[in-house]
Amino acid sequence: MNETKAKAPKKGLGARILGLSDSNMLLLITIVVFVLMYIFAMTVLGKGFLTGQGFLNILNNNAYLIILACGLSIVMITGGIDISVGGVTGLITMCCAVWLDKRGGSLMGSMLLAVAIGLMFGIVQGYLVAYLDIQPFIVTLAGMFFARGLTTIINTDPFNVTQKDFVALKDTAIVIPGLGSLNRRGVYVDATIEVGVIVAIVVVILLFFLLKFTKLGRAFYAVGGNRQSALMLGINVKRTRFYAQVLCGLLAGIGGYVYFTHVGSGSVLNASGAEMNAIASSIIGGTMLTGGVGNIIGTFFGVISLGTIKDIVTSAGFEQSWWTGITVAAMLCFFIVIQSVIIKVKTRNKKK
Amino acid sequence: MEKVLEMKGICKSFPGVKALSDVNFSLNPGEIHALMGENGAGKSTLIKVLTGVYSKDEGEIILDGKAVSIGSPQDAQNKGISTVYQEITLCPNLTVAENMYIGRDKKVIQNWKKMNEGANWMLKNLDIPATATQQLGDCSLAVQQMVAIARAVDMDCKVLILDEPTSSLDEQEVEKLFKLMRDLKAKGVGIIFVTHFLEQVYEVCDKITVLRDGKFVGEYTVAECPRVQLVSKMLGKEFDDLAEIKENKVEEDVDIDAYVFEAEGLTSDQGIAPFDFTISKGEVNGFTGLLGSGRSECVRAIFGADRVTGGTVKVNGKTVKINKPIDAMRNGIAYLPEDRKGDGIVGELSVRENIILALQVMKGFFKPFSKAEANKFADEYIKLLGIKTASADTPIKSLSGGNQQKCIVARWLLTHPQYLILDEPTRGIDVGTKVDIQKLVLKLASEGVAVTFISSETDEMLRTCSRLVVMRDRKVVGELKGADLNQNKIMSTIAGGDEGGEN
Amino acid sequence: MEKTKFQVKDLFKNQFMIPLAALLALVLFNLIMDPSFFAITFSPNAQGTMVFGGQLVTIIDYGSELALLAMGMALVTAASGGQDISVGAGIAVSGSLILRVLCGGNSRPESLQAPIFVAVLCGILAAMAIGAFNGMLVAYFKIQPMVATLIMFTAGRSIASWFNNNELPVLTDPAFGYAGNTIPGCPIPSPVLIAILCMIIMALILKFTNLKLYVQAAGINERSARLNGLNPTVIKFATYVILGVFVGIAGFIKVSRLSTINYTSIAKDIEMDAILAVALGGNPLGGGKFSIAASVIGAYVIQFLTQTLYKFDVSSAALPAYKAVVVIILVVASAPAVREWFQSKFKKIKSNDKKEVA
Repeated sequence: MNETKAKAPKKGLGARILGLSDSNMLLLITIVVFVLMYIFAMTVLGKGFLTGQGFLNILNNNAYLIILACGLSIVMITGGIDISVGGVTGLITMCCAVWLDKRGGSLMGSMLLAVAIGLMFGIVQGYLVAYLDIQPFIVTLAGMFFARGLTTIINTDPFNVTQKDFVALKDTAIVIPGLGSLNRRGVYVDATIEVGVIVAIVVVILLFFLLKFTKLGRAFYAVGGNRQSALMLGINVKRTRFYAQVLCGLLAGIGGYVYFTHVGSGSVLNASGAEMNAIASSIIGGTMLTGGVGNIIGTFFGVISLGTIKDIVTSAGFEQSWWTGITVAAMLCFFIVIQSVIIKVKTRNKKK
Repeated sequence: MEKVLEMKGICKSFPGVKALSDVNFSLNPGEIHALMGENGAGKSTLIKVLTGVYSKDEGEIILDGKAVSIGSPQDAQNKGISTVYQEITLCPNLTVAENMYIGRDKKVIQNWKKMNEGANWMLKNLDIPATATQQLGDCSLAVQQMVAIARAVDMDCKVLILDEPTSSLDEQEVEKLFKLMRDLKAKGVGIIFVTHFLEQVYEVCDKITVLRDGKFVGEYTVAECPRVQLVSKMLGKEFDDLAEIKENKVEEDVDIDAYVFEAEGLTSDQGIAPFDFTISKGEVNGFTGLLGSGRSECVRAIFGADRVTGGTVKVNGKTVKINKPIDAMRNGIAYLPEDRKGDGIVGELSVRENIILALQVMKGFFKPFSKAEANKFADEYIKLLGIKTASADTPIKSLSGGNQQKCIVARWLLTHPQYLILDEPTRGIDVGTKVDIQKLVLKLASEGVAVTFISSETDEMLRTCSRLVVMRDRKVVGELKGADLNQNKIMSTIAGGDEGGEN
Repeated sequence: MEKTKFQVKDLFKNQFMIPLAALLALVLFNLIMDPSFFAITFSPNAQGTMVFGGQLVTIIDYGSELALLAMGMALVTAASGGQDISVGAGIAVSGSLILRVLCGGNSRPESLQAPIFVAVLCGILAAMAIGAFNGMLVAYFKIQPMVATLIMFTAGRSIASWFNNNELPVLTDPAFGYAGNTIPGCPIPSPVLIAILCMIIMALILKFTNLKLYVQAAGINERSARLNGLNPTVIKFATYVILGVFVGIAGFIKVSRLSTINYTSIAKDIEMDAILAVALGGNPLGGGKFSIAASVIGAYVIQFLTQTLYKFDVSSAALPAYKAVVVIILVVASAPAVREWFQSKFKKIKSNDKKEVA
């Protein structure tokens, strides 16, 4: 750990996390793409990109996605996938909204509810994937549809939550000193972040430590790298895969609640497509679909890259919604193909 | 000297097969002990019994003077028996140090500093050219193999099993591995070394135990068992048994000009040395050599099954390009692969579909055989080869090994090839079918088909082939024909080094 | 059709059992709950043509698109051992393009700006292009099918709305609606006719080409297929393009039904249904052997289930939850671990019986 800091931060950090040259490259590509994109936005588009708040808004809008993508990264590192996270997020917003406004539940209760829902999905899906050895994609696809369907069964009409404690939490803005800017009238405005951002950052730090400094974290990598070998090396592969899926479910619970505090409403349309954004972020952040490679720092950059490109697309005058979908897909395609090419080159080199 | 490991009277049966019967094995500390035998001799079964993958039916295992029972690979590791397999069973995406330490204790927190220090000390101690923080996948295969050994050694193993660790290594890498083995030997570790390379046995081993057909043949010191004798023991033919009679063999004058197939400097991406090869109409020849000597790779290169990287080939005197199997098929070449399950059968498809597959592909996508035609072909060959199947609609995977093999033979006969390559067609099938296939080969040859026949069983080759290409360590080392075609000569050529069996 | 009786029996034992049993269960359920479910009416529609009506006709009518997709999905599953999740998005793209060509950029055209068959051809080609893209990623880049098709799943609906500038064009020409509703004078809904036509063509293709043999060989044992002179890569690629054709036709039917399009809701969740149809038809989702006929039956069973749920006032948005439960039950029942468990239980019972007898 101490050695980590002694080295050049960017490259050294990546190398220490993964000890992988091609993963290093993936992470580097992500960071370079992000920095170039942001510089491009600042110079060409200006506007919001020049202020500190502009950057913080990307965090504010994507805090939940950071958490969801972290969960997905973990599952993907173990060689699985979870596409139910978006559905679970939607379900959580609806359940919590109904709980707070229609059942008069407490704020604390809604938080526990969110975590419980996430955990439940994680446990059931994890059991099916790890112990019954069913394809994770099919299981979590069913999970996604189940969550979406259940959301509409619980309530169909969208509504804003008015419970006092919750509104207070939602409106809590934490001032970041020194990043404020002058508005058009020349008045200094503080730069603020939402509570969710703090949660997201804590999650990122915790998971970074989990993946790097715990046996469980290393087991995730081992299982994703080669399941058979991991078994031979004395790792309980089934349990490891189960934990990964449960952890992802738990993070979906937390991320779902963060999303809930961000939008403050219950709606069937909430977080639609979030699973795809989370997967895309994870891939962009250098997580390999084949498993065994990836890291949380990359995922973080993946999310803010995605957020930035969406902002760029809209502020460049392409307001129409389709541009976002197309750019995200193009970016995803670019990174998937890069990974595939890296694998191909690697296996070819191995043969020699 | 106290024996570190003793296995006595080990028996193990699988449904229908007696894999091991009354096998003994013993190992001293500080000894490198080779376990030899051809394919199916029971080496891997014995090792799996020792490492707890299989449970033994009878016999006892004595470790350090105490009788033990071994329940699982984990259990074996805890008792001090570590195994390094042919395929690397480490995680390529983790660091060298992690691969040495992961999964070994129940602690929650990973202490990188301590682990890396320990790993580096170990690597230095064993003189392995890697650093703890390096990613395993970036190391050469030899180093990966050594890391696996280092892991085993660090777990304080008393018995180290090396199951064909050298098959994917080059000479220098093998040297490094041997140095490591000698170091461990000096430290008192008992090593069981399974290999197909004879030279390596004589380079590092002290003792040899030979198994054949699941039975214990004998334990010898290296000095008392020269190469040729070792080969004869493995193959089950006495060296002095000169009364080898060539039966059934049709000796014909081969028309030199009528080469069906010629290859010059052919080589593929599977690491075989470039080789020249010719075969004439109506000739039966064979590639021989121990397993892993490159005989399969040669014929795969001829058929275009592996990526051909060099050389020219001629069919009937005309230069052709064979880059993929369909090219070879169009030139009248047929290939029955060695790995029946992985390369041969299409498991869930019916016997009929498996039989017509190759001819159907050659005929083309838009010209499927009618049901009647397909049935006619299938019935014809089921009868011709005596394939035992409930019906032509039965999925091929439910047939016995011998009958599956006959279906694949039928598949290729149906294409009426001018050159038929059979790679281990008789492996793992019953005796009756073996004889049927040999007879068939001779019959085909008399009809003018050129046949290349590969078998681990030398007497089969002698019975059928008029010329043998001998391979060792992925090189062609000789060609035998006429009077040279006898067990002794084959064995001495396979063994190499000491001509004539004098040591 | 088959020569040996044994085989017919065997076939039923393996493949058609599950979908037919499911169908039977649904029929019985509806018979008990409300026999009028099965009533077939014959009455004039808005245009004055005598047409068949009733729940059963609706099932067969609205199951057409799903049946088409199920055919293609069965091929893709067999060859590549994975499923295409972008078919819904593909329908949106082809439907949108058909409308774009017919409208010529004007969202409320008074007349069609191009012949219908040209537009349909464009739609089908677009869907084939998407199939080719997916197939390329799967076959040549060796990306898992579901992940590869995720790209189009993400982009498809956006591309669809891009074609029409996010407007919702409406066609007033009744001729365009023929394919999705009824042709004047014909009592059978046109989608049914289109689906039957496609099925006949598919049956002919299966009869007069080696498609089935090639796809199965490539899907079951890629290495063996290669050694028999096949090119598994091209075969995989081709199945995705064939699926594209069906997606294109389904897209045409979908937009023709309404003469307009809604980018987010058109063919929503249909990929789930198509995968379910393949699974319900007893085709292994890991690839290998397949039966198109069983998949088609599976598709109609699902439509039957959907219609039954509708009848019990389940909203369309809540449908996925029920179907997800069906999927999970199916995959759990077919999981090797569960099967082994059942087999061991079964054996125990058997051996117990034997002991008792002894």
